Amino acid sequence: MIADNDLATIFAALMAFSVLMYAILDGYDLGVGMLLPMGNENHRDQMIASIGPFWDANETWLVLAVGLLLIAFPAAHNIILKELYLPTAIMLVGLILRGVAFDFRAKVAQGRKRTWDYLFKIGSFTAAASQGFMLGAYVVGFQEGWFATLFSLLSALGVTMAYSLIGAAWLIMKSEDQLQLKAVRWSRNAGRFCLVGIIAVCIANPLVNSFVLERWTQLPWAFFIASIPAVCFMLFVIGDQVLKRLPLQDDAGCWLPFVMTLILFTFCFAGLAISFYPYVVPGELTIWQAASAPESLRFMLYGALVVIPCIFAYTVFAYRVFWGKVAELRYY
Amino acid sequence: MADVFLLSRLQFAANISFHILFPTITIALAWLLFYFKLRFNLSGHPVWMRIYRFWVKVFALTFALGVVSGITMSFQFGTNWPGFMETVGNIAGPLLGYEVLTAFFLEATFLGIMLFGINKVKPWIHTTATLLVALSTTLSAFWILALNSWMQTPTGFEMIDGVAHAKDWSAIIFNPSFPYRLSHMLLASGLTACFLVAGISAYRLKRGDDKKAPRIALKTALLIAAILTPMQVFVGDLHGLNTLEHQPQKIAAMEGVWETEKGAPLLLFAVPDEEQRTNHFEIAIPKLASIILTHDPEGEIKGLNEFKGEHPPVAPVFYAFRIMVGLGMLMLAVSWLGSALLFKHDRLPRWLLSLLVGMSFSGWLATLAGWYVTEIGRQPYLVSGVLKTADAVTDIAPDNVLFSLILYLTVYSALLVAYVRTLFLMARRSVEIEEIQPEEHTRPRCPLPSVQTEGANL
Repeated sequence: MIADNDLATIFAALMAFSVLMYAILDGYDLGVGMLLPMGNENHRDQMIASIGPFWDANETWLVLAVGLLLIAFPAAHNIILKELYLPTAIMLVGLILRGVAFDFRAKVAQGRKRTWDYLFKIGSFTAAASQGFMLGAYVVGFQEGWFATLFSLLSALGVTMAYSLIGAAWLIMKSEDQLQLKAVRWSRNAGRFCLVGIIAVCIANPLVNSFVLERWTQLPWAFFIASIPAVCFMLFVIGDQVLKRLPLQDDAGCWLPFVMTLILFTFCFAGLAISFYPYVVPGELTIWQAASAPESLRFMLYGALVVIPCIFAYTVFAYRVFWGKVAELRYY
Repeated sequence: MADVFLLSRLQFAANISFHILFPTITIALAWLLFYFKLRFNLSGHPVWMRIYRFWVKVFALTFALGVVSGITMSFQFGTNWPGFMETVGNIAGPLLGYEVLTAFFLEATFLGIMLFGINKVKPWIHTTATLLVALSTTLSAFWILALNSWMQTPTGFEMIDGVAHAKDWSAIIFNPSFPYRLSHMLLASGLTACFLVAGISAYRLKRGDDKKAPRIALKTALLIAAILTPMQVFVGDLHGLNTLEHQPQKIAAMEGVWETEKGAPLLLFAVPDEEQRTNHFEIAIPKLASIILTHDPEGEIKGLNEFKGEHPPVAPVFYAFRIMVGLGMLMLAVSWLGSALLFKHDRLPRWLLSLLVGMSFSGWLATLAGWYVTEIGRQPYLVSGVLKTADAVTDIAPDNVLFSLILYLTVYSALLVAYVRTLFLMARRSVEIEEIQPEEHTRPRCPLPSVQTEGANL
């Protein structure tokens, strides 16, 4: 039997995992969306084809993450979404636009396709930027004032760049020739912005939240926290060297940038998660204060333990089906 | 002065009305696609693959609209109705969670294979993917209707300090109105999809499409509709009886009965007047409401006056109910007449084709009207007897809600127009460009430059 207190921790872990999965998976397809070159229809087709079979399932991780927040920590869900009301609405409109643009572009008259591609690009950007803005607002504990707004805007830029980076890395893996070269260029530029963004968060976070400072200077967490900027910096240096040399013969190592970005995302996310644990609303509400009734969490958990491995299995299956370089995407 | 309660209700109504349009189509269209794919597998005839290919594109578009509007829905609870999760989150949460875990991931993942994987996997895997998508859309309906039905007829819980706690999960899921509401909704979805397929196919025929695919699709859809409509009438009746037992005030509003009466007449038309608590301009059939609802000409129906302050606004429920039933009757007539004519002459007269085109989205209207009956009919409660809607609303500044409401309405109306136009555009295009096998011509015609029929390779 699982103790009631552990239930909250388990659900917090599940939720954190969903958010990370979302950031990685929808991150790359939002990134690809933002990078769409409006001057080259052929490249746009290839890029959209590379995310076609996946974007839908990727977005489901957001529904799961928000769902877990709603189900397991309803009190926190109410506070967070109330604070983030407008950015949430704007993000949703962005997600709506890109989701439908993806389908409309393939079905409308030729002249209209470009319009829907624009909407796809704008929708992707809107969604990514508002997510970044929300992350920033969350990190500063929903404070108000010029500093908080500035920080949120910086965070919006950071997340936009991070998604562009992982999107470009995805493209390096999935594309060839001219498009691949473009993607290498995009990765290098986006990577530099990300580095600046991560350093900014590392400096601002402990300054704004006293409990974060405490956590960061407390053993054994301090070791891990200190390793994050170091690992990120190393990844950037190595990554930049790798990117400089790509594409190699026989396309060896085309997957390297994506895997490195994945590690980067995981490290940064773990850093944030450790900083805030056990708070679900920074400085205000812990996971135990916000948790739902244990009998409900238990009922949920049993199902989740059966279903989540299945989700894993068929997600892996789907990625294997569409493995390799992208071909033309056709509805059959 | 805009108040946050009214704005939040409008926003939720706008969101959920827009959202439900798309699942209503996809739940049943997924099963139709599975049927088309099976027929292709069994007969090997490419015409089934062509029907599949046309409708799978419609499915993809519809599904995308359903997904994005569904994501919006998942945020609405927290943003506008915090009291809902605070009071009944222990019940609603797990049901929503199971929907995400068991249905959303399954459908989203296999949709990718269903749409883009036909040349990448073995035929049986593709058919299985189609089946899994159909199963998961239905599973999603199962969980969300369990939650909605629980909000209508809550059981299996206890209130501790003003918060609902689960006692018996099977009583919560299989609450009294759930089986009826689920079957009613699944059948509604079936009819919506059938009339959409029939309408778009009729449009292609009217445009001079002489290929086999639209004729077979039309016939299939009409025949299924002819079977489903009487079933829907039967289930609808049972659902009504169940509502009479558990939510008599809703029935009173649907029937426009103010004073409790024996041998109540069925009102074909009336104008309910809530201020004077009476109806104007009644056109009625004596005793019929009592016969339908109690199966006894002298049966008693409780009037609205017994539930003063606890009953829903009468007019919207009353009118919406008549729109739903009226459309149902029209569907019954059209599907039976159409099927009979198809059996006899193997073609439909032009006026009937035009009528079918006009009824392409009749399922939407009927489904929305039905949901308005049941949702407005639950007011003033959000969860019957447990939580009033007014007590669940947020205290966000009304201006913010007004802003988001306008934002959503703008986007939704633009998308709705784009969606309907695109469906008809796809139909018009398919008249010209869909590839044809020579033996399928009913009259001589230049073959198009040879386009490989992918389906024929399987």
